[in-house]
Amino acid sequence: MTNTWQDIKNANVVIVMGGNAAEAHPCGFKWVIEAKIENGAKLVVVDPRFTRTASVADYYAPIRPGTDIAFLNGVIHYLLEKDAIQHEYVRSYTNASLIVKDGFDFQDGLFTGYNEETRTYDKSTWDYELDKDGFAKSDDSWQDPRCVINLLKHHVSRYTPEMVSRICGTPQDKFEHVCALIASTSAPDKAMTSLFALGWTQHSVGAQNIRNMAMIQLLLGNIGVAGGGMNALRGHSNIQGLTDVGLLSNQMPGYMNLPTDKETDFDIYMSTRQFKPLRPGQISYYQNTRKLFVSLMKALYGDAATQESNWAFDWLPKLDIPLYDIIKAFEMMNAGQMTGYICQGFNPLQAFPDRGKIRRGLSKLKFLVTMDPLDTETSRFWQDFGPQNPANSADIQTEVFQLPTTCFAEENGSLVNSARWLQWHWKAADGPGIAMSDIWIMSGIFHRIRELYRKEGGAFPDPILNLTWKYTDPISPDPEELAKEMNGRALADLTDPATNTVVTKAGTLLDGFAQLRDDGTTSSGCWIFSGSFTEKGNQMARRDATDPREQGIAPNWAWAWPANRRILYNRASADPAGKPWNPAKPVISWNGTKWVGIDVPDYTPTLAPSAGASPFIMNDEGLGRLFARKLMAEGPFPEHYEPMESPVENVLHPKVKNNPAARVFADDRAAFGSPDKFPYVATTYRLTEHFHFWTKHALINAILQPEEFVEVGEALAKEKGIEQGGWVKVSSKRGEVICKAYVTKRIKPLTVDGKPTHVIGVPLHWGFTGQARKGYGANTLTPSVGDANTQTPEFKAFLVNIEKTSAPVTA
Amino acid sequence: MSDLQSQDYIRRSASTMTPPSARNAEQQVAKLIDVSRCIGCKACQSACMEWNDLRQEIGHFEGSYQNPNDLSPDVWTLMKFAEYENEQGNLEWLIRKDGCMHCEDPGCLKACPAPGAIVQYANGIVDFISDKCIGCGYCVKGCPFDVPRISKKDHKSYKCTLCSDRVSVGLEPACVKACPTGAIMFGTKTDMTAWAGERIVDLKSRGFENAGLYDPQAVGGTHVMYVLHHADKPELYSGLPAHPRISAAVEAWKGIAKPLAMVGIALAAVVGFFHYIVKGPNEVTEEDEAQGERVLEEETENTP
Amino acid sequence: MSMTRREFIKFTGLGLAASSIGALGFGASGEAQAAAVRPFKLTHATETRNTCTYCSVACGILIYSMGDRAKNARSNIIHIEGDPDHPVNRGTLCPKGAALLDVVHAPTRLKTPRYRPPGGTEFKEVSWDFALDRIARLMKDDRDKNFIARNANGDTVNRWTSVGMLAASASSSETSYLTWKAVRSMGMVVFDNQARV
Repeated sequence: MTNTWQDIKNANVVIVMGGNAAEAHPCGFKWVIEAKIENGAKLVVVDPRFTRTASVADYYAPIRPGTDIAFLNGVIHYLLEKDAIQHEYVRSYTNASLIVKDGFDFQDGLFTGYNEETRTYDKSTWDYELDKDGFAKSDDSWQDPRCVINLLKHHVSRYTPEMVSRICGTPQDKFEHVCALIASTSAPDKAMTSLFALGWTQHSVGAQNIRNMAMIQLLLGNIGVAGGGMNALRGHSNIQGLTDVGLLSNQMPGYMNLPTDKETDFDIYMSTRQFKPLRPGQISYYQNTRKLFVSLMKALYGDAATQESNWAFDWLPKLDIPLYDIIKAFEMMNAGQMTGYICQGFNPLQAFPDRGKIRRGLSKLKFLVTMDPLDTETSRFWQDFGPQNPANSADIQTEVFQLPTTCFAEENGSLVNSARWLQWHWKAADGPGIAMSDIWIMSGIFHRIRELYRKEGGAFPDPILNLTWKYTDPISPDPEELAKEMNGRALADLTDPATNTVVTKAGTLLDGFAQLRDDGTTSSGCWIFSGSFTEKGNQMARRDATDPREQGIAPNWAWAWPANRRILYNRASADPAGKPWNPAKPVISWNGTKWVGIDVPDYTPTLAPSAGASPFIMNDEGLGRLFARKLMAEGPFPEHYEPMESPVENVLHPKVKNNPAARVFADDRAAFGSPDKFPYVATTYRLTEHFHFWTKHALINAILQPEEFVEVGEALAKEKGIEQGGWVKVSSKRGEVICKAYVTKRIKPLTVDGKPTHVIGVPLHWGFTGQARKGYGANTLTPSVGDANTQTPEFKAFLVNIEKTSAPVTA
Repeated sequence: MSDLQSQDYIRRSASTMTPPSARNAEQQVAKLIDVSRCIGCKACQSACMEWNDLRQEIGHFEGSYQNPNDLSPDVWTLMKFAEYENEQGNLEWLIRKDGCMHCEDPGCLKACPAPGAIVQYANGIVDFISDKCIGCGYCVKGCPFDVPRISKKDHKSYKCTLCSDRVSVGLEPACVKACPTGAIMFGTKTDMTAWAGERIVDLKSRGFENAGLYDPQAVGGTHVMYVLHHADKPELYSGLPAHPRISAAVEAWKGIAKPLAMVGIALAAVVGFFHYIVKGPNEVTEEDEAQGERVLEEETENTP
Repeated sequence: MSMTRREFIKFTGLGLAASSIGALGFGASGEAQAAAVRPFKLTHATETRNTCTYCSVACGILIYSMGDRAKNARSNIIHIEGDPDHPVNRGTLCPKGAALLDVVHAPTRLKTPRYRPPGGTEFKEVSWDFALDRIARLMKDDRDKNFIARNANGDTVNRWTSVGMLAASASSSETSYLTWKAVRSMGMVVFDNQARV
């Protein structure tokens, strides 16, 4: 989230598209209701189903799963046609005026530079025209046909309301009504907030869905302001924290990337990361990357990380491919390329696409370790549970370790919420039996391996032997010590070069990442958390809920990264002269000498507006990007591509139907179904009564939603003779689910390119352990293909068939 | 308990005396359920089960999000879901939290033959005192909202207490506290009525011309009220009665004299601590007994 | 038969009871005590502040446990409700959060390490030492066998691709950081979390 949960109440329009906030985040959704009641806000819901969010919406429009880009590009078309954009914001704060290189083009569904064989782009033309000083050229008059705004206008010109309706199945009048509501927030003092979640990410074009709305928000001037922003409602309680700390195949703490094979030494690695400003006077914060990196390496390797050793750069693993994500992992497992797998609090047999492939992959491992408070399906993949998990144990040679862990109520520590707040929590009781904390277990495994390397030697033991582990209790490090290590310390007395006086003594916890140095005199295990645990104490444990003007900031409650900033890009909440766009809800403003307000400025605190530095300081041009440059796999503008399994052709460019840059493994492609056999569009989702595959273990939640079902519209049910609450078989090319049918008015057939298209809803909570009734699991049906940038699986749009049937035969 | 002693009773089942209600200065309370803010998340159900230690058996999917599928001795509140296509052809998903309405003039209490098994506190809460309950099922018949349920396990009647244990220490009921969107509010009846008025103005401004408060006067008003977008058609909300009435049988004592007398006998046997011997003619016939038992069985069979 | 309500009460003797109690003064009677509301169950519970384990709204919660943390008493969690001070949830909880008690005490909570040998049909309980010694052995043997120190070009790459890990999504950031350190020091790259699902 760019903004806070409570800040949603400041919105004039709330759009929930690509998510179902009322069901997935009820307590955050209260702020939507608050916006409606206290701020007169309108709630707009665009979703294939009439959800519980839609039940309290002021306006609902249906959409075919997987066509959000057509819809959103249609919105941009509408805004530009009607000139309903926040002009001054767009001119001053976005790259609308910058001129794109000659040669960049878009033809028949492909941008310039496509290589069909590798399914990747040569992106060299996807950038700005530079002048002789290395600055991006611009045309503030927007006359040059190569400036971003004109290229964008041209790109979206195909997305007329008729075309949107033809692709999405959204009735044209409903689409235009939604456009009008969105356009109403182009006024400088009006804001729209976008609340989205996996309804946008879980597509082969997931990242572009989100970019598309971010572009709309930039055009409307809704980024950085109160009640605005792009608000990704994260799923799990600390999935934000795990992302922040870099527990992703290509990541390091604080959003630094692991080096690739091409980055053969430290200097080459650094050369592409310390972005020089692309416009005069810009800040480009990532010029500081070297300080962040060196401080991380000092935290990891202490005295072994030196200038001479290039800060132990070579000890980091290097990547030969962009991602070793989970889809790739199971592809490797199935190919016999993996020996062991550790699942810490993660249940891939339920959570990842094409359950059959997951089960076959796990069966090929030599060993599987699960660490979990609960008895997960993954840990029992080898056991026969009838049709919901058919297995012949004797044939499966995998050794399985099921390790019991403590849960949230049984340990101290911090979690990062969706709004980037680090909140400390305290233990209330011991865990059951001899369950142990994840910290104790991971330490136990690490120490044993390190001991084996000490005794036996072996493959490149240096990074293992030299890893810092200076905890008071090395067997079970105290979470506070780990938090301090992430915050960072001065390793030597730090002097101010201007005055040559010591400003921070050696050993002192740092106040923030501004103190980090690239000479090895500071350490910080996660630079964006720097400031969370200082000499003043544990800032994450703060409990002062005071909220100036009750504007939803609560600056002294816990601590938010970065630098306790609650609204990202908040410099953009004020006009170029530093005056708030919305005087009723200012975030920060320029008082003549510095930036002041209710939030920590996302800007140099004393840099005057007259200096001309733009608000988006993490970007080298300082501007919000309507044109993404080289950062996206499938193009700098979003383009509508059909889901990998789709009932219709791509009417915009039949030859390029799907995302041309999506990675598809051959066996997965062979498992895609076609509309002649699987004519209905399916989409998977959570229900508010359950949390993924955990709450089926909790009796109350099992009572509240006891049994697997799918949602079918009345028209399709009638056509197929399906009765309310009757048994159905839903099948895809990958498997079948036998469950109950919920025949509902909430899903209506959509007219797509003139043909009726039925959507089937598949809630995902059921498995074969826990207290709820046994189920097959939605991932039995879903295709194994991911978004081209992130490899997030396409769970939200695929093809199935449905037939009436009888109850499954179970033991 | 702090302030919910029997001195706070204003009504008591099967008693001719009106209790002294020494603290009648106490404010009447009310729970306001604003259906227009409700997202049907069932947090209220969950919190109710957790706080009151109620766990129904795990059921089946029955063609609706409504689960469990009925109120029961272990289900004191239940979200009911109705898919309604309005005059404009647009879908509305009308979701209503069902449960005891805590009537100002409680039909259950009127019908109850067991002294003190149903009481009403001065603040308006209608509470079942289960150790005095004889399981006769008359409260079920007396309730205009079909709320009480008789337990098969202990043959006693159960329903929402409005968390009288929480209210007695100055806390709001568990469902009220949990409700994520503030669709359930709790306070004095005056405040809740005023707040409902504001909500109705907002709803009217959003095109719900018939928005209104549900506080049916036929039962003297209720201590659980609804804000409805379609107050003119409460039946749309999974059969919320437009004109709830205590059944004539309960209102007219004559009509129920026989069964009551029959149960009175059973009660006397159960409630031994009064030390009074039943005198006078015992004119209950076998027919009456059979009738009484049937009532009891019907009720218990309906509870899964 | 016909009988008025008053007569009914008389028959069963309750009219007298009511009169007597009325005369005594209602509040002081034992009956009134018996009829009093359920005792408030948190009066002597210990309150601990925590965060809901499910979604990333991160609602503040209050965990109530039996026992005052005295040396000789083992705490038992008896109730969980929303933290009214928390700026986001302000005391509210969703149907998952309101039922956290049932996940803490789920009958399927794991209590002891278990092991299933190749081809086995059942789990058997094992000691922590057995489990962790064996896991360390398996990991080291594979790392020694499959670690890639240099790629085909001879460049140092130090990666290990044959053992992978999925990291937890509800564990603390401190756990995550320690996990990251341990795993990356071994060169593991097949490493992901639940961010995508």
